Amino acid sequence: MPDQLIEFLQQLINGLAQGSIYALIALGYTLVFGVLRFINFAHGDVFMLGAFAGLYTAPKLLALCGGGPSFPGAAAVLVVAMFICAALGILIEKLCYRPLRGRPHLTVLITAIGVSLFLENAGQYVFGADPQSFPEIITDRALEIPETWGALSSLTITVGQLLVFGVTFFLLLGLRAIVLHTRTGMAMRALSFNPVAASLMGVNTDVVISFTFGLGSALAGAAGILTSIQQPSIDPLMGVNIGLKAFVAAVLGGIGNIPGAALGGILIGVLEALVVGYINPTYRDAIVFAVLILILLIKPSGLLGKPEREKV
Amino acid sequence: MIRQLLLTVFLGWPAFELLQAQDEIPVGEYASLTGGSASFGQSAHKGTELAIAEINANGGVLGKKLKLITEDDQSQAGQPATIVRKLISQDKVVAVLGEVASSKSLEAAPICQQNKIPMITPASTNPKVTEVGDYIFRVCFIDPFQGTVMAKFARSKGWKKIAVLTDVKQDYSVGLGEFFVKDFTANGGEIVRDQKYSTGDKDFKPQLTSIKAAKPEAVFIPGYYAEVALIAKQARLLGIKVPLLGGDGWVGDSLLKVAGNSLDGSFFSCHFSADDQSPKTRDFVAKFKAKYGEIPDDMAALGYDSALILAEAIKRTGTTDPEKLRDAIAATKDHDGITGKITLDSARNASKPAVILTVGNGGFQFVETVAP
Repeated sequence: MPDQLIEFLQQLINGLAQGSIYALIALGYTLVFGVLRFINFAHGDVFMLGAFAGLYTAPKLLALCGGGPSFPGAAAVLVVAMFICAALGILIEKLCYRPLRGRPHLTVLITAIGVSLFLENAGQYVFGADPQSFPEIITDRALEIPETWGALSSLTITVGQLLVFGVTFFLLLGLRAIVLHTRTGMAMRALSFNPVAASLMGVNTDVVISFTFGLGSALAGAAGILTSIQQPSIDPLMGVNIGLKAFVAAVLGGIGNIPGAALGGILIGVLEALVVGYINPTYRDAIVFAVLILILLIKPSGLLGKPEREKV
Repeated sequence: MIRQLLLTVFLGWPAFELLQAQDEIPVGEYASLTGGSASFGQSAHKGTELAIAEINANGGVLGKKLKLITEDDQSQAGQPATIVRKLISQDKVVAVLGEVASSKSLEAAPICQQNKIPMITPASTNPKVTEVGDYIFRVCFIDPFQGTVMAKFARSKGWKKIAVLTDVKQDYSVGLGEFFVKDFTANGGEIVRDQKYSTGDKDFKPQLTSIKAAKPEAVFIPGYYAEVALIAKQARLLGIKVPLLGGDGWVGDSLLKVAGNSLDGSFFSCHFSADDQSPKTRDFVAKFKAKYGEIPDDMAALGYDSALILAEAIKRTGTTDPEKLRDAIAATKDHDGITGKITLDSARNASKPAVILTVGNGGFQFVETVAP
C-alpha cells in the first residue's frame, strides 16, 4: 500500500476522533434547540467545566480505583464529570433561562451569551488563566497493530482515540434509546413538535426541559474528559473555539436533528484534518466556516434537517 | 505666615530633592510582578535587584548608591506607558530597565525615546523593540539569531532533512522559523515539510501525520511551551521518534508537567543555563540561591546583566546626563555578563552567544554554547 494512502487513512482517523468530540458537543446544541428553539451559547463552556470537574475529582477517584491510571478509574472520572455537568446544565437553565421563558427568543439568546462570558471569566478567576496539566487517568499510548496486517501496521491509533470512538458510539446509542424508547424521550419529541399541545396533553414541560439540559450537558462533560485524555492541558477558555465548531456542526447537520448533529460533527472533524494535512493549516477555520455558509445557502435547514415553516 | 510657609515649601522642596539626588542615583524598573506573565517578571526583577544590591555593596557608582525604583505593570496592556511616564516625570530616573514581554517594552519604549531617557530591556527579543529609537537597548539576542543558531546546531548534528512546525499567530515563532529555513537551506539542508498551527490549538495530529510521512531527521518547533508540550506528546504517540528542536519560548513551568518524558532528547536554544559550569555562572547561581532560595532562570540572568551594563556605562561616562549615558551604553563592548560576552551593535541589539539545552531526566541540561 503506498505511503500516501496510509497518510490519508491516518488523517481520516485523526479527523474521526476530533469529529466525534464535535459530535458530542453538537448534540447538546441540537437537543436544547429541539425543545426550546434557542441556541445555548454557554454550551461550549459546560464542556470546559467538564474538563475541570475531571481535574478536581480525578485524584480522589483514581485513588478509590486502586491509584494510578486505570480503565475503571477513567470510567469513574468520566461518569462523575458527566453527572457534575448535567447538574450544572440544569442549574444554569433554572437560574438563567427559566425566568425568561415566554420572552422573545432574542432575550434568551443574549442571556446565553452573558452566561457564556460569565463562565469563561469566572473560570479564569477561580481556576486561574494559565493552562493546567490534566492528570493521567488512563495511559494514552499508541496501539500495536500486528505486522501481519502489512502496510496497515504503520497506522497509529491511540488508546485515547479508541476511547473516543467507543464512548461516542455508546453514548449515541444510549441517547437514541432515551429519545425513541422512553416516556421522557417521547415527551421531548412532543415538546419539540408543539410545546403548547404537549403541555395541554399533560407533559410537564419544565421537567422535560431540565432533563434535556442535563442530557446535553452530560454529553459535553464526556467530551471534556475525552479531549483532556488526549490533550492534557486545560484552561478556562478551551470551550470557546471548540463550542463554536460544534455549533457549526449542529447547523451543518440540521439544527434540532439528532443524527444530523452527529453527522455534522464527524464531517467537520474530517474536513479539518484534511485541510490541515493537505491544504494549509492557516485556512482551517476559514474553510470550515465557508462550508457552513455554503450549506446555509444551498440547504438552509442543514444536511438532515427538515425545512420548517415560520409560524405566522 | 502663609507667605513664609509657601516660601519654605517652594524653596525648601527643591533643596530637599537636590539633597536626596546627591547621594543616590534613581534607576527605574517596570516589570510584570503580578498577573499572567508574573513568573517572567518576578525572575527578571530578582536578577535586577541582586545586581543593584551588589553594585551598592561594592561602593556604588560615582561615589553614590543606585536606587532601584520598581513599578508593577500587572501584566496589563496600557500599564507600562503610565508607569514609565511616572518613573520619568516624578521619580526623575536616569534610565529605565524592563520589560520581559516585547509587547510591554514596545509600549514604554516610545515614551523613553521622547523623554530621551535610556531604556534597556532584559529579554524582549522582538526586533521592533530597539527600532523605536536610539535610546532603546537590549541585552538579549533577537528572534532571527535564535533561528540561525538552531539551524547551525542542526547542521553540526549532520541532519539534512528537517520539518518545520510554526505558530502562525506569533511573530516570534514565524521569525524564528523563517531564519531557520533560510540558514538551513542556504547550507544544503532540505526542509521536507513546512507545517503551521495557531496559538490555542490542542489537536496537532493532522500536522504531525503529514510531518511523519515526510520522514524528517528532526522537527523544528519554535513555539511557546503550552502548545509545544502537547505537540511533543502527540508526536510521540504518532510514532515520530526524531529529536524536536526549539527556542527560548519552550521554557515554562508547565512544559515538562504536560509533556512528561516526550521531549527527552530534544534540543532548544536559550539565553542562559544554570548548569553551565563556568566559574562566572556558578558564582551567580550561588549568590542568587543565597538571596532567594531558588535557582535563577534565564530571565533572572538577563535582568542581572541589564543592570550591570547600565552601572558600567554610568561609571565609564562619569555622569548621569542622559545623552552621554546613552552614548556610553551604546559603546558597550565585550561586557563579560552572566549570559555571555555582550557587545551592543549599531542597532542597539546584543550580539552574544546562545546556549543549547537538552531535555532529559525531568529537567534541562546544558549542551554547548554557540557563538554568533
